[in-house]
Amino acid sequence: MPKSAYEIDQQDNKIERYVVVAWVDNEAGVLARISGLFSGRGYNIESLAVAQVDEDRHISRITIATNGSKQVIDQIQAQLLKLVPVHKVATYPIDDTSIFRELGLVKFIGEGENLKKAEQLCVDFKFEFLDKSSKSFITQVLGTRREVDEFVKKIKDLGQISVSRTGALAMKKGPETVKDNKGKVL
Amino acid sequence: MGNQLTGAEIVFKALNEHGVEFIFGYPGGAVLPLYDQISQQKKIKHILVRHEQGAGHAAEGYARSSGKPGVALVTSGPGATNMVTALTDAYMDSIPIVCITGQVPTHLIGTDAFQECDTTGITRPCTKHNWLVKDVNQLAETIHKAFHIATSGRPGPVLIDIPKDIQFQKGTYKSAKEIEIDTYKPLVKADLSIIEQAAELIVKSKKPIIYSGGGVINAGTKASDALTEFARITNFPITSTLQGLGAFPGSDPQFLGMLGMHGTYEANNAMYECDLMINIGARFDDRITGRVDAFSPNSKKIHIDIDPSSINKIVKVDVPIVGDCLSVLTDMLKTLKNKHSDFCSSNKEHLSAWWKQVNKWREKKSLSYKKDDKLIMPQFAVERLYELTKNQDTFITTEVGQHQMWAAQFYKFDKPNRWMTSGGLGTMGYGLPAAIGTQIANPKKLVIDIAGEASILMNIQEMSTAVQYKLPVKIFILNNQWMGMVRQWQELLHEKNYSESYTEALPDFVKLAEAYGAVGIRATNPKELDEKIKEMVDIDRPVIFDCLVKKEENCFPMIPSGKPHNEMILGPDDEEGISEEGKVLV
Repeated sequence: MPKSAYEIDQQDNKIERYVVVAWVDNEAGVLARISGLFSGRGYNIESLAVAQVDEDRHISRITIATNGSKQVIDQIQAQLLKLVPVHKVATYPIDDTSIFRELGLVKFIGEGENLKKAEQLCVDFKFEFLDKSSKSFITQVLGTRREVDEFVKKIKDLGQISVSRTGALAMKKGPETVKDNKGKVL
Repeated sequence: MGNQLTGAEIVFKALNEHGVEFIFGYPGGAVLPLYDQISQQKKIKHILVRHEQGAGHAAEGYARSSGKPGVALVTSGPGATNMVTALTDAYMDSIPIVCITGQVPTHLIGTDAFQECDTTGITRPCTKHNWLVKDVNQLAETIHKAFHIATSGRPGPVLIDIPKDIQFQKGTYKSAKEIEIDTYKPLVKADLSIIEQAAELIVKSKKPIIYSGGGVINAGTKASDALTEFARITNFPITSTLQGLGAFPGSDPQFLGMLGMHGTYEANNAMYECDLMINIGARFDDRITGRVDAFSPNSKKIHIDIDPSSINKIVKVDVPIVGDCLSVLTDMLKTLKNKHSDFCSSNKEHLSAWWKQVNKWREKKSLSYKKDDKLIMPQFAVERLYELTKNQDTFITTEVGQHQMWAAQFYKFDKPNRWMTSGGLGTMGYGLPAAIGTQIANPKKLVIDIAGEASILMNIQEMSTAVQYKLPVKIFILNNQWMGMVRQWQELLHEKNYSESYTEALPDFVKLAEAYGAVGIRATNPKELDEKIKEMVDIDRPVIFDCLVKKEENCFPMIPSGKPHNEMILGPDDEEGISEEGKVLV
């Protein structure tokens, strides 16, 4: 054990990005409880993705990308767990032990050479076309946040774009899962 | 479908199932079906307050002095918004309150109907949980869940919003036994291995201190007994937060007094110099820690708390123990007795140097003040009140400010649940309604609200409630005509710019008491104080005691904002410069 508690946390104060996942009862007001907790306690929400993932148990999975020191992330986890409709919470540091994905739809509007270049860019990134017209196309963008950022940055130089992005989704690699209080996989 | 009940009937059946005896409330349009029920039953008595905030604080006073949840019932819109302060107060101080609000009928929700507000939206951050009940068949279950959540784990307020049409509709009653909440399972019992780890530190420490808090009170009277036994076995010095007063006998020499911003010199210095801090049911509040990066720099820290989010929130600790104070202390005592019986039976020779140091700090007599022949010193008033009431089982509530700190410093509590004060939120106007709730829960006991003349005016209307129900609460006003704590801060931190802290037009409190049908007493000099306090205590009716005290007295000792524990101001002759950084802090 270190000499005093003040020696423990020196490196822990580094601010890093994390993804926080909460499994919640899919009931009225639950998202307001979560987002209110973040705003009320001064935590940041970088992105947010929510959908029901278990129809029988009415459980939604809320994925929040945030940043903070390890202490802040632990506090976010503890505060979330205090909310009554929250089953479980997991936190994923952004590293290669987990998978992170974001989905985006990008509509490109342009002509001639630039339209062709933009289409080639999608092909290079292996992104699918969902719609095409003589002056535009819509492509489905899929990847890590950095990959999506990179693609958007490049295509923006070629013409007008309209972007719709989801928040990040996250999952731990390997067979490891989070279970609810009754031992069922979430 | 024979046993169908209306929503209003379901509410009262559920309240009966939970043994509710009193409701503090105020009627209005959206709760009239519930008020129909009140007059048709006899098990639950309704206490009509004069303002919804009063209902909330009365429910808090009831809960804190009885150990049972307090129940409040108010109408939609303004009824609910007036309740917000009390809910927030209960949330900050972890007091179990079940608040039922009426709501406009479901088909009018969202239409800006008369007396409509988004009650669950407004109260979401100030309740442990809340519900809007849109199906009468969910009503009983919701009420059972509400009681369970309010009273278990770290207690707190909950709110159930019931639209008027749901109160009329018929539905099925469900018993509390059939309820289970998957997602809500507070940890009560801590891991034994971590308790053993804590015991190792306890046995080895040479400069330990026990820092106990409101969590011990919330864990029930047995937890206070366990804390006392723990302190006896270890012979460690013990200090307490504002909310924890009474868990360990305040008149005991092992007790160092309250710690923190207005705590004693010995308690704060012991916290600073200790090698082991045992936090039992406290939360490292900023009034306690002062400057966090200079807080008890050389100690190992054990933290016992039922709320996992309290651990490492403010102060990093070495041994976190998540669990109920009673359960953890019981296990801790067992561990000490079984595995460290030598320590338990030793004469604690290894602590003698530490106690010597503690007693040296004590010699500073940090609570001393200059006596006065002509003027009543506020500290003297509380001291005399204590001396003249300590032989009976007295319950003290307070408002917020200097008088509250003097009450905490000079009134000694030997039992838990005798001290009701708004600590976390610091709500002026808390004391009188809390005294009403306390008196309801403890009908034959002496209940005194130690008040300031500014705070008491914030909920003075509750005098009418006290008179109606013949509740002989005593309001002991330390009247200095200033918002004393505001004035003190302005003097010490804002270059004596006494902006708006003087009350120009105070009522005549004696006449005010009489106008309400209560008794008014005024004391103006120290010689008559004892006699008048005795007179107050002997009157079996509500009394307003207007105690005119020295106007410019400050509350010392004080740790100024931004300073660590070992840099206290002990009195008016000891005012060091307060840093610019410190002035920004609250």
